[in-house]
Amino acid sequence: MAQDWKSFEPLLIPDIPNLQQIGVYEDNGGYNALKTILKDQGHWSRDHVIDEVKQANIRGRGGAGFNAGLKWSFMPDPDGGPRYLACNGDESEPGTFKDRKIFEYNPHLFIEGALIASYAMAIDNIYVYIRGEYISWVDMFQDAVDDAYEKGYLGENILGTDISIDMEITYGAGAYICGEETSMLESLEGKRGYPRVKPPFPAQKGLWGRPTTINNIETLANVPLVINNGADWYGDIGAEEHPGPVLYGISGHVNQPGVYEYASGVPVMDLINDVAGGIRGGKDLKAIIPGGSSTPPLRADQLEGVTMNSDSLKEAGSMMGTAGMVVMDEDTDMVDVLWRIAHFYHHESCGQCTPCREGTGWLEKVLLKIKNGEGEMKDLDLLLDVGNQMEGRTICALADAAVWPVRHTINRFRDEFEERCKKSVHAVA
Amino acid sequence: MAELSFTDEELKEIDKIKAKFPTAKAATLQVLWVAQRKYGHVEPEVQNLVAETLDLPKSHVHGVASFYTQYYKEEQGKFVLDVCTCLSCQLCGGYEILHHIEDKLGIEAGETTEDGMFTVKEVECLGACGYAPMLQVTNGEYVNNLTKEKVDDLIENLKNGQKPEFESMDMPELEKRNQAAAE
Repeated sequence: MAQDWKSFEPLLIPDIPNLQQIGVYEDNGGYNALKTILKDQGHWSRDHVIDEVKQANIRGRGGAGFNAGLKWSFMPDPDGGPRYLACNGDESEPGTFKDRKIFEYNPHLFIEGALIASYAMAIDNIYVYIRGEYISWVDMFQDAVDDAYEKGYLGENILGTDISIDMEITYGAGAYICGEETSMLESLEGKRGYPRVKPPFPAQKGLWGRPTTINNIETLANVPLVINNGADWYGDIGAEEHPGPVLYGISGHVNQPGVYEYASGVPVMDLINDVAGGIRGGKDLKAIIPGGSSTPPLRADQLEGVTMNSDSLKEAGSMMGTAGMVVMDEDTDMVDVLWRIAHFYHHESCGQCTPCREGTGWLEKVLLKIKNGEGEMKDLDLLLDVGNQMEGRTICALADAAVWPVRHTINRFRDEFEERCKKSVHAVA
Repeated sequence: MAELSFTDEELKEIDKIKAKFPTAKAATLQVLWVAQRKYGHVEPEVQNLVAETLDLPKSHVHGVASFYTQYYKEEQGKFVLDVCTCLSCQLCGGYEILHHIEDKLGIEAGETTEDGMFTVKEVECLGACGYAPMLQVTNGEYVNNLTKEKVDDLIENLKNGQKPEFESMDMPELEKRNQAAAE
């Protein structure tokens, strides 16, 4: 894998002009996966589709990396009442900007994937939740949905079958927490985005108390690939335990930031140097945050042989997350960076659970103190202590997401933090 | 403020929104958006209008309006400049851009210019990390890869009533491939 990653031909965002137009999408084999299934429902039973997707092992691209087909299998048997697919296009994790690319360049691949998912889970209502800031892309995506209705891929009696599936687009109004799956359900129901206590899990009680599956946009865009080519073919792409194409978002101090599609498992250093054109100004690499702000940073000296897939990143001491990689050069002030991350999580804590509401505030306050040259050595341990009291003690994972960067940035750049504290106004006393 | 109301056309739009969901409550966020597009903000009177229109408790609508940052709880400048300073934007000079705008307009983040033309805000990640630093104009267009010059032009254009054009997300990967193929 590591040798031939460059020869990968994009599958999610292939190089076909105007692919966002439904006619162009169809001319290039679009909606064939859906047609294949609907034409031969005897062969492609609901269970068969779920098994195929499960076997393909599409790891959720929203950050958690859970097997999508396995998630689908948690849906209870139909009881005649409504069932929902809620598609998560909220992407608000700093460093993450990939799903927008799908809305702009290949919306029908996602729509087709959502339709196949709905068929497999006997769902008749799809909601697509997009962050409110992406309003330009909401409008763009609405056009694609309208076209799919017009062509009979959405709506009643899809392609002449007795299957009817509707897709509604809705959008948020500014709240990172709404990317958390149960918070997104609350927001879809027209409420404040407060995460729900689990269990019950959404498959049992989701939207309006009915069975609901929540999938990320990029995850669903992978589904037609599996149906068209088979689980084995999909499983051979990229890293074994985390297969398939990945939209890598690369930002920060690189010459050519952007979203790039390659197979999973591209070596981190190749992504930086070969894909993103290396570090700006010919500087040296200091650190990366591999998959969104909550994933622990890795120092440059920790990156040898590390590839972008969950096992390799876990071994290195971090996580795959959303594959939104932030690159930092040698001049980066890690105290400043960590303070800004802590500020983000404090701002975005929904305030429901005390350890998070208060804890994120204290993390930010203490880091601001250190950043402003007023920190004391004991503040570093205080930060770690506050973090320990937050992690795992809240309804959702926002508190954990706030703690991980604090803990690992301090541990991995301890010298830099100590140095700042030693130079502080309190150091002489 | 004079008696607030939605026009027949807006009520039709609201009915369309309600039809998307099994409950009227679910339409809260979208109807707040309709109201904000009409009035430019959702001050308490506007929130009440939304509550009455959807037959929901005012407390519910207030709770929603106050939770989400994109709803303006008070009147804003004609143009709101939401400057991202989060992670990738911070690394790529987001704060320099913010301070440049503050200096240029003579206000600080969170304030509105005296002529009511501009409100400047510091915001969290807008999901355009590869195009940092960037800002969003009044919950609408993204303006990417900012430089001080680009900001100056933007402000001049806005003063002249000229909104920024939609910037497509470039595809560096495809451009590279095409270049390689052409060579």
